[in-house]
Amino acid sequence: MSTSAKYWRGIPQRYRLEAEKCTDCGAQFFPPRVVCSGCGGREFEEIKLDDRGKLLTYTVIRVGPSEFCEQTPYAMGIVELEGGVRMTGQIADVDFDDLEVGLPIKIEFRKIREEGEAGILCYGYKFVPDK
Amino acid sequence: MRDVAVIGVGMQKWGELWEKSLRDIFTESAMLAIDDAGVDHIDSMYVGCMTSGLFVGQEHLGSLLADYLGVAPIPALRVESACASGGAAFRQAYFDVASGANDIVLASGVEKMTDVDGAGATYALSTAADAEYEVYHGITFPGLYALLAVAHMHAYGTTREQLAEVSVKNHKNGAKNPLAQYPFEVTVDQVLNSVMIADPLTILDCSPITDGAAGAILCPLDMAKDLSHKAPVKILSSAHATDSIALHSRQDLTWLSAVAKAGEVAYKGAGLTPADIDFVEVHDCFTIAEIAVIEALGFFEKGKGGTGAPSGETAMGGRIPVNPSGGLKSKGHPVGATGIAQIVETVKQLRGDAGERQVEGAKVGMTQNMGGTGGSCVAHILGKV
Repeated sequence: MSTSAKYWRGIPQRYRLEAEKCTDCGAQFFPPRVVCSGCGGREFEEIKLDDRGKLLTYTVIRVGPSEFCEQTPYAMGIVELEGGVRMTGQIADVDFDDLEVGLPIKIEFRKIREEGEAGILCYGYKFVPDK
Repeated sequence: MRDVAVIGVGMQKWGELWEKSLRDIFTESAMLAIDDAGVDHIDSMYVGCMTSGLFVGQEHLGSLLADYLGVAPIPALRVESACASGGAAFRQAYFDVASGANDIVLASGVEKMTDVDGAGATYALSTAADAEYEVYHGITFPGLYALLAVAHMHAYGTTREQLAEVSVKNHKNGAKNPLAQYPFEVTVDQVLNSVMIADPLTILDCSPITDGAAGAILCPLDMAKDLSHKAPVKILSSAHATDSIALHSRQDLTWLSAVAKAGEVAYKGAGLTPADIDFVEVHDCFTIAEIAVIEALGFFEKGKGGTGAPSGETAMGGRIPVNPSGGLKSKGHPVGATGIAQIVETVKQLRGDAGERQVEGAKVGMTQNMGGTGGSCVAHILGKV
């Protein structure tokens, strides 16, 4: 059974889309890093990511891992946000036939899954079509 | 550094080996390799294994497997780099011999995957991706490669049929491999119409869940003739490279830069170019993986990998035969063992012992084994002496 630290430790990223920008070279990192992989810099400023972007690629998961079995089929994709940060997540409220590269996306705060026998609720970001 | 040769290889028939445990299948394949070399002892051993902890609840394989092989107290170490664990174990064994630390070394790989159910295996394999920023959201390995496939299809016009042709070609080769898990042929229609796993990949685009192990015996090249009656195969170069663990962190979602880097280092180390390679065993965990890998290794232009199987260029007798063994698709993919099985096939081919699937006149063979979505990659080039 997991201890609680790993759930609250991810809150700034998963709930508030907090990222970091290297003060030396300006590279953005989501999630935050200790060392900039671009220039080796160690100073960062906190930034809030834009909640809009576009879909770079997608799939529909038909066979899921244990904790997602009840959600199948569900769409997933990689989104590039305005500003360049990329992330993987589920695409909600979408007709699978409407999935296409370049689809405008808005990020929303949603429930992701229930974890373990205790059914701990895990929240985070999901993508929805930005109509 | 000393020149290093492979003097023995072994693997059993792979599949769902319900009656055998991890220690059984490891020991069987290790004994096959030791007997093939004809050596009476080994000085040290390396075991590639991705996640025995999640598959069978067992870590500390060095101790367990040295004991069951009857070789304790020699140094024995488990090596992990997800699905590239076998290739990484071979590379450690290579360094062990090349450095002069040990003379006769076993490089092996093992994975016992059927002691957990399908959902359990999907979870265990998913730990090769970013647990907090990919897996947390429900992605699977077929899903990650499907993301790569859709990006490749969008960027280069790669077609659904071209993906299927990779599976057809590898099953055709594997049908001639008596040790393969699924030694039968499939058609393009069968691939397209099989169960959808993660769009656009069907189950016949995916390598299977497999129990299996493989082993190889390495020694200094100049001792090979004294130690073994088998024709030695020389390790011409060894390479290893890494990339971001998360697919989404890569600037080009279709380009496997760790594979390209490992290939570049391997070619340079051997003083060869892609045109000098007679055949290659690549990591076709999914059909799209083979397409992306043959581009990154320089056998095909970027974006043109999809043409390899349909044109016959990657078939037996083609310009560059890819996966004569049947690849992961037909032979099976017990993750930690795969990199060693690639060496087993390459050595058999270079000895001229590959039977019905022999690449005629093969003198130089290459192996490419990767972890995750290409977050790590190991490549080796082997040559006939």
